[in-house]
Amino acid sequence: MLLFFFEQVQTAAALRPHLSEAFMTARPRTKTSTNSAKKAVVAAPTHQTLLLNASGIVKRFGNFTANDDVSFSIYEGEIHALLGENGAGKSTFVKMVYGLMQPDSGVLEWRGQPVTITGPQHARDMGIGMVFQHFSLFQALTVAENIQLALPAGESLSGLSDRVRRMSAEYGIGVDPDARVHNLSVGQQQRVEIMRCLLQNPSLLIMDEPTSVLTPQETDQLFDVLRRFSDSGVAILFISHKLDEIRALTSRATVLRRGINVGTVDTDTRSARQLAEMMVGEMVGDVARNTAPSDGDVLLEISHLSRPRPTQFATPLRKISLQARQGEILAIAGIAGNGQDELMEAMIGEWRAESDGIIFLKGLDITHAGPAVRRNAGIGFVPEERNGHAAVPTMSLAENNLLTSHSLDGAVKNGVIDDDAMRQAAADVATAFDVRLPNENSLASALSGGNLQKFVVGREIAKSPEVLIVSQPTWGVDVGAAMFIRSAMLELAAKGSAVVMISQDLEEVFMIAHRIAVLYDGHLSAAMDATGLTAEKVGLLMGGSAAGKGPDA
Amino acid sequence: MEQLILTVILTSVPLIFAASGELIAERSGVLNLGVEGMMLMGAVSAFAIAMGTGSPILGMFAGAFAGALTAGIFAFFALGLATNQVATGLALTIFGTGLSGLIGAPLVGHAIDGLPQIHIPLLADIPILGMLLFQHDIMVYLAVIMVGLCAWVLNATRVGLIIRAVGDNHDSAHALGYSVLGVRLLAVMFGGMMAGLGGAYLPLVLTPHWAEGMTAGRGWIALALVVFASWRPWRVLGGALVFGGITIMQLAGQARGWTIPSQFLSMLPYLATIIVLVLIARNREFALANSPACLGRIFHAGK
Amino acid sequence: MISLIPRKDIPLALTVMTPIIAIALTLIVGAIIFATLGYDPLRALYQFFIAPVSRPDQIGDLFVKACPLIIIASGLVFCYRANVWNIGAEGQLILGAVFAGYVALTFPGLPGWAMMPLMVIAGMIGGLLWAMIPALLKTRFNTNEILVSLMLTYVAALLIDWIVRGPWRDPMSFGFPLTKMYEDAALISRIELPGIGYLGQLHWGVVGALLLAVGAWFVLSRMLVGFQVKVMGAAPRAGRFAGFSPSFVTVMVLGISGAAAGVAGMVEVSANIGQLQPDISFGYGFTAIIVAFLARLNPLAVIGAGLVVALAELGGDSAQIALGMPKVVTGVFKGILLFMLLAGETFNRFHVEIRLPKSAATKVSAGQN
Repeated sequence: MLLFFFEQVQTAAALRPHLSEAFMTARPRTKTSTNSAKKAVVAAPTHQTLLLNASGIVKRFGNFTANDDVSFSIYEGEIHALLGENGAGKSTFVKMVYGLMQPDSGVLEWRGQPVTITGPQHARDMGIGMVFQHFSLFQALTVAENIQLALPAGESLSGLSDRVRRMSAEYGIGVDPDARVHNLSVGQQQRVEIMRCLLQNPSLLIMDEPTSVLTPQETDQLFDVLRRFSDSGVAILFISHKLDEIRALTSRATVLRRGINVGTVDTDTRSARQLAEMMVGEMVGDVARNTAPSDGDVLLEISHLSRPRPTQFATPLRKISLQARQGEILAIAGIAGNGQDELMEAMIGEWRAESDGIIFLKGLDITHAGPAVRRNAGIGFVPEERNGHAAVPTMSLAENNLLTSHSLDGAVKNGVIDDDAMRQAAADVATAFDVRLPNENSLASALSGGNLQKFVVGREIAKSPEVLIVSQPTWGVDVGAAMFIRSAMLELAAKGSAVVMISQDLEEVFMIAHRIAVLYDGHLSAAMDATGLTAEKVGLLMGGSAAGKGPDA
Repeated sequence: MEQLILTVILTSVPLIFAASGELIAERSGVLNLGVEGMMLMGAVSAFAIAMGTGSPILGMFAGAFAGALTAGIFAFFALGLATNQVATGLALTIFGTGLSGLIGAPLVGHAIDGLPQIHIPLLADIPILGMLLFQHDIMVYLAVIMVGLCAWVLNATRVGLIIRAVGDNHDSAHALGYSVLGVRLLAVMFGGMMAGLGGAYLPLVLTPHWAEGMTAGRGWIALALVVFASWRPWRVLGGALVFGGITIMQLAGQARGWTIPSQFLSMLPYLATIIVLVLIARNREFALANSPACLGRIFHAGK
Repeated sequence: MISLIPRKDIPLALTVMTPIIAIALTLIVGAIIFATLGYDPLRALYQFFIAPVSRPDQIGDLFVKACPLIIIASGLVFCYRANVWNIGAEGQLILGAVFAGYVALTFPGLPGWAMMPLMVIAGMIGGLLWAMIPALLKTRFNTNEILVSLMLTYVAALLIDWIVRGPWRDPMSFGFPLTKMYEDAALISRIELPGIGYLGQLHWGVVGALLLAVGAWFVLSRMLVGFQVKVMGAAPRAGRFAGFSPSFVTVMVLGISGAAAGVAGMVEVSANIGQLQPDISFGYGFTAIIVAFLARLNPLAVIGAGLVVALAELGGDSAQIALGMPKVVTGVFKGILLFMLLAGETFNRFHVEIRLPKSAATKVSAGQN
């Protein structure tokens, strides 16, 4: 097996001059394992000991293949990046390595021996530690107490505190074992979490998007710490979509796209541009999009919208500006967690800026208006989360329709709800948007995801809003419903409305958007015409690479 | 004056028991408003057994057992069936008040010999101090020991660490492999046992007979006391003396013709508790350092 | 080991059957407890649930007993629907009675047409103001409304105790803690039914209570404010998305329930007591919580639920006389009923699987139709 692996490496080295071509075409949905071995791009350090080797890993959820024939290897002391968009299969893969899931097929080898990792405890016993993106420490407890809870019983708190202090000094972590966690910054808390893993002497440390909650200074400090671990022989698997960081920290990167390993490359020989290209692949604009709009009037304008981090793991918004014009779909692309939720809340009016002149509808300042007032002014909203945000699961569709129409004419007279009108309006939406419900009084929770999504999009479009703001309109929705929703949005734009679509699905963005802006770490890029725009450029922006910021940005 | 202080100490004993038990339950994240009901069940059981066997010590154990058993009902609903803790606790108080009345109906009018005082040799002979501190019944010493035990377990042992962890963030505790409901079950049962002991003190020492509803709202004061003590065991001890002292002050005040109406003194514990609640809510630091973050929140693992 | 699996759709039959099953189970468990303690269970059940309504005039008294429960529960329904936990209705009731008492005692000469409305308004204001304390502390400082409203109940009880012993005590009361008797204009009169005459103590306040429950139903099910309450309780994020204000809803529901409890206090004194005294309520504020749950938070159902719980209350009196039991024994039934109703909520929201240790697995799947 090992021999076979090194053969692959050599093949890969021979292929290098033609790499970029290989990426371009590497979108096979049904690829057999034999030809993937030929096409796989593998770079490997030559001298260290192989720690973990995964080959031919497949993981399916229903008829969705999250990992399709993924092969991967990491060496002692290596810092290795796992790169990819949302839904590329990164989390699925590391969950299998950490024992949270079992692969459907494929082999995991640990130090040369095939293993079945039965659970996180088993993984920890083997020497695999993991720091989750949204780590959850006990806020009321001290650092040492938090660490003690994760370790087997037996060690005294004072003994543990000494160990924490020693290790903290050794790696420059700077964590005081007696501090209470709620007094620490997010970056410090993350180091507590790392420490918690480290005290179990792992040989492999998995870090899931660790920098998404950190300031640049904290990121630099984290990288220093990680390099010291690496020097002492700990391998680090670093999951990220941030291209510059990957190039700064890691030696190799494995890129996943739609569950397929599109290659493992040396990061110091790759430009951010090349990595971006591998990450997003090639996108071809769809026919519908090509009927570009004339230069319509600006309907919605946002000017220098900033918002501090609302919660610990949230992203602050940094001077976001955009203009949505009549007749167009403006897409806001980006990887999840870069400020999408925070921006959506600000556009809906659930969160409102304190200063004036941030959000305008047709020149009218609506910065201080709440959701109902904005709706009356002609904006429709579809938030990402259907259950509990866009809709109340325990209420009927009629009541859910009232949720966004109670402030409009006809729905409520003198404070009394017009019951017939309410039911009729919901029934009309259901008919017009092909919402299939078990029976007339069905609760929203009884509808399938696709049908409920058609309803929450449909109830907004039915009001012919001048501006429609949607987030992830087709997330978790079947293909038929997704096409239906996309064409409904295109139709609305064609009638002269402006559609702002936040989407993490690049394919969708390229399929229907007229202009595309990219949200990265709370910054929004300038909007670019979709015609002639390459996926590579968008990918660079999504990865936050400076190379993506052209002169126009 | 010494007599007055002595009365304060005795009045505060039921509060110390009930509040430090509830404190442990709340630290694990469970708000059990059934303290009054558990105390009454403890009181009636202690009285019945003490009367039947002639042994107040056995009565004390019966009170503890009955309290824990009553808490078990709460645990079955609020933990097992994930019912709303507030409403379940109220149901427990209503039920416990009723059932204790039913059990105690034939016992009304009987009297028992209470717990004897224990004179600790030498120490009891110290003037004044000896009388105040070293001539009590066994439950007074037990109350102080239990407070110390609660403080020690909570702050210096792994068990206490786990209780605090479960009360602070039950999802994380579950993720680390701790049994959230198991820990809470034990904490609630312990709380019930302590409430039962607190209730038992009434017929065993304070008034050696049974009367329906004889706790007279002490369960609610104990709940207030836990908040007042900001979930710290030693502060419960101090708070119980303050609350007990206020009760006695009214009596003394009336006797001396004070102008402050006694009702306003009686309000102080409740008003002080509200003030503490506001302070806790206003100050994030204070809240995180003191109140269990998961208090009253329902946990079920399947999420 | 009990595991709970969320239901996607709640069968209607289960929703309707839950209170009925809960009542049946309460009677069974109650009977078992009585039998265990050596009482004849059938005789006890008879005394508790049949004897109190065996004569027509007793039906009137049943409504009288249910009156404050229906009024308070109609208000509490708003709170619990909004997921705001007001458990201090008892204190709000007392303050309502005190405020209404102020009107009755300070302006004894007012004519009936002015006295009654003024007393009702005063009662509402008293209860509302008392409820505003937890409401404002919650919206301003995010203080826990459960504990604040509970503490305030005891403060209210002490307050009325002081009032009737101190400033408002009737100098002619021979030292008893009582105020002067209200003038006739401040009393709620009994209903004289055509052809029947008086039916027990049945008074006009009962009519008011029924109207209030119907009104509460209308507001909750047909008006936008009621819709706000329901949305905010079921999915607060969806409520903010709709443009509703969480603070407004919190203040509103505590205001509604406080005002309702205040009116209940006013009615209770004016119809049944006629003067202020230290104990004007027998825990109605707490018992009404059971009524609200039994009604499954539907104001119309509150009427029926109020009558059922009032029956248990009267049963306490009847058992006291016939069986020599203390009145509090009725708490056995009330407590079990509330336990069963809460468990019923769980069975409504989840499939409940009870697995005994070892492999002997028993499946309890109530209403799996």
